[in-house]
Amino acid sequence: MTDMPDTTLTGDPSHDAPAEHGDDAAGYYTPGEPIRDTKAPEGPIDERWQTRKFEARLVNPANRRKLDIIIVGTGLAGGSAAATLGEAGYNVKSFCYQDSPRRAHSIAAQGGINAAKNYKEDGDSVHRLFYDTVKGGDYRSRESNVYRLSEVSANIIDQCVAQGVPFAREYGGLLDNRSFGGVQVSRTFYARGQTGQQLLIGAYQAMERQVAAGTVTQYTRHEMLELIVVDGRARGIIARDLVTGEIETHLADVVVLASGGYGNVFYLSTNAMGSNVTATWRAHRKGAYMANPCYTQIHPTCIPVTGSHQSKLTLMSESLRNDGRIWVPKQKSDCDKDPRQIPEQDRDYYLERIYPSFGNLVPRDIASRAAKYVCDEGRGVGPEVDGVRRGVYLDFSAAVERLGRDAVEEKYGNLFDMYARITGENPYDTPMRIYPAVHYVMGGLWVDYDLQASIPGLFVTGEANFSDHGANRLGASALMQGLADGYFVLPHTIRDYLADGPFEKVEETHPDVVEARKSVEDRVSHFLSTNGTRSVDSYHRELGNIMWEYCGMERTEDGLKKAIDLIRTLKDDFWRNVKVLGTSDSLNQSLEKAGRVADFLELGELMCIDALNRRESCGGHFRAESQTEDGEALRHDDQYAYVAAWEFAGDGELPVLHKEDLVYTAIEMKQRSYK
Amino acid sequence: MKVTLKIWRQPDAASKGAMQTYELDGVSQDMSFLEMLDVLNEDLIAKGEDPVAFDSDCREGICGMCGLMINGQAHGPEVTTTCQLHMRSFKDGDEIVVEPWRADAFPVVKDLVVDRGAFDRIIQAGGFISVNTGSAPEAHSVPVPRDDATRAFNVATCIGCGACVAACPNGSASLFMGAKITHLGELPQGQPERDSRVVGMVAQHDAEGFGGCTNIGECTAACPKEIPLDVISRLNWDLHAALRHGH
Repeated sequence: MTDMPDTTLTGDPSHDAPAEHGDDAAGYYTPGEPIRDTKAPEGPIDERWQTRKFEARLVNPANRRKLDIIIVGTGLAGGSAAATLGEAGYNVKSFCYQDSPRRAHSIAAQGGINAAKNYKEDGDSVHRLFYDTVKGGDYRSRESNVYRLSEVSANIIDQCVAQGVPFAREYGGLLDNRSFGGVQVSRTFYARGQTGQQLLIGAYQAMERQVAAGTVTQYTRHEMLELIVVDGRARGIIARDLVTGEIETHLADVVVLASGGYGNVFYLSTNAMGSNVTATWRAHRKGAYMANPCYTQIHPTCIPVTGSHQSKLTLMSESLRNDGRIWVPKQKSDCDKDPRQIPEQDRDYYLERIYPSFGNLVPRDIASRAAKYVCDEGRGVGPEVDGVRRGVYLDFSAAVERLGRDAVEEKYGNLFDMYARITGENPYDTPMRIYPAVHYVMGGLWVDYDLQASIPGLFVTGEANFSDHGANRLGASALMQGLADGYFVLPHTIRDYLADGPFEKVEETHPDVVEARKSVEDRVSHFLSTNGTRSVDSYHRELGNIMWEYCGMERTEDGLKKAIDLIRTLKDDFWRNVKVLGTSDSLNQSLEKAGRVADFLELGELMCIDALNRRESCGGHFRAESQTEDGEALRHDDQYAYVAAWEFAGDGELPVLHKEDLVYTAIEMKQRSYK
Repeated sequence: MKVTLKIWRQPDAASKGAMQTYELDGVSQDMSFLEMLDVLNEDLIAKGEDPVAFDSDCREGICGMCGLMINGQAHGPEVTTTCQLHMRSFKDGDEIVVEPWRADAFPVVKDLVVDRGAFDRIIQAGGFISVNTGSAPEAHSVPVPRDDATRAFNVATCIGCGACVAACPNGSASLFMGAKITHLGELPQGQPERDSRVVGMVAQHDAEGFGGCTNIGECTAACPKEIPLDVISRLNWDLHAALRHGH
């Protein structure tokens, strides 16, 4: 099982065949200059990070406290960066919209965190983690960044253990590992089904220690609403105090966005209610390129939708696929039967059937699409919503028989409890029902090797950037990336930028600052004075439906063009007809949501344009026009082995597409196969 | 089903609040409690009335942002967070009283939203292990007995929601504090700062205006993560030890 799982389909003639069509997105964008330099050092891949760390200039400890760093977001990426930069002696201002940094949505990650420790001596290594991550990302991530991620992964575990993160342990007192979707080694560290919570509490406590030390100032219930760019450099943010409504100007030498992903563009997702794109979208409008926005991860193991009141979707950890078996009835006529009454021979364990070597552990995108197909065939289970049963069984009866109920409870108890609470069904007795839901976005602001955006002085970490997961993220890799960026990457790269500082002081009266502030004030007063007829949520829900229908698990040229028209119409209506009550000088949750939905509307259009442009299937992006004869995703490396970095050209203008070619020197591009 | 809601409305911290009654029809058993409030708010917005402000974020029971007193019980009738409470726990025709957390140390911000900043300040006073990034030893250099790690984990699951404080007649945060003291105190990595941690946290707790613990146990009954009461014994034990050691 330790062999590299990559030996098939290398010579597939269809793989390199040119797409039959030309430019699907012609008329929707303007071609721009390619991006030629990602600032990754030259040389062998395993030496690049050492080289960069050495070449990145140092900042004298005495100068650090004179340098102001703004960090937006307090999840794993933002919290860990605030703690580390505070420890280094910089003057850090940390912002979050929640009432405490500890509530950032990293906290909801369940399954685990990958690290190339090779504690199991099962053939793992930095290179194998790197290889699995690039392959899992369907060869659409940047090689040098991913190698670095794998390289620092082991340090993360050391750091977290030292902070008191209570990872699962074996009887001998050493750390336990499990395997996770898409890989054949056990490299995932976990804390029952609450790994994200425990890692985030670790980062949060490290950050609070710096608050006490006076190096970090935390601004809770504050939302960044604009980026301040002066003389071509990011120099601060405009934020709204969500309690008093005051619009505040915060200036700094450098700005870090660690504001998470934008999955809530789909309205229903596993993201938190407040997760939004505003921080990164405002930066995009100020010149930061948005890369691969269409790369969305649809997670295969979520609890199915029950009705129109649904406000969010709940994920069941992918780790459940280690011991649970996924199936649907072979016969449509069995779909409404009690699953326990359906005999073994009438069940279709479709993942084990189609992908015999990976079975239920195929990557997320493959598992999700397979579930969609069996439900589209009419073999789904659970209640009918809009005439279709959208659910498949995740069955633990074999695991309970093999391991015993106690062992299953020990591993998955809290997940089973959560499922029972939400559905009213007991998964020890009857199979769970699951269905895919939007979970994570691989797209995000474009960054170079230093995690610096296309605006100097703007750094982007964690889910908010695009760089490490390509077109599909492997399980247990988001926690790894967030903490890698915040603890071990950014603190080194940001010092090279700050070595030129402190930068010339910017006054609040500077025209660019005044303009940024005024644009925020104008937006707020527009929302409050529109006095239309529709609630913000109703627009958000409609946008979500459009995105899920046309830019979800399967995308087509016609569907995407239709979606773009629908979104444009919806956006016009939103600005004319939205109804936001209340005032600007108090806590006003409708007003907060209005700003976020306004940005989601613009993002949704760009996602569709990006998906339209990419007439290939890769990872989470599946274009129906680009598939093999047996319905598998088909990449077109000759045409699309690039990062699509979009530049905002102004309201009503076409976005400009900059292509960064993906060059692999340490890895050979292959068609993924998990059969 | 149909429910009658009596909800605390308070425009801001400085204003006086009052209970207000709303009738809500068409409530489904599958709705979460907060989705039911979402539906109410959509109705209110349509009528031009200010929607009810309440906190929630992850809506999967882990971030700790939500928290309401429902019929006098923190997080309502089930042992779970407000966001994981479903309307199947109620009956058609029920009257449901909804209030914010009740505690002096958690002032009301608006309607059902309170300020729990005091919890952050208690953590700042010692709820951490001092280890700078990059200085950690190899993770396997210190084995941790599995039972100790499990006990640490079981109390590290605290989500900082504040239900313990809201349920306590004294408004004490002893369960919250005890959970952190126990989490870090069970681990070898937490030993060097064990004394200073408890002394610092307790001093901050008292300065924030939380009350003392009189062993009533409402906190553990209300805790959605079932943090056991014995963490408070551990807190007291550690405090006495620290004082004996001259802190």
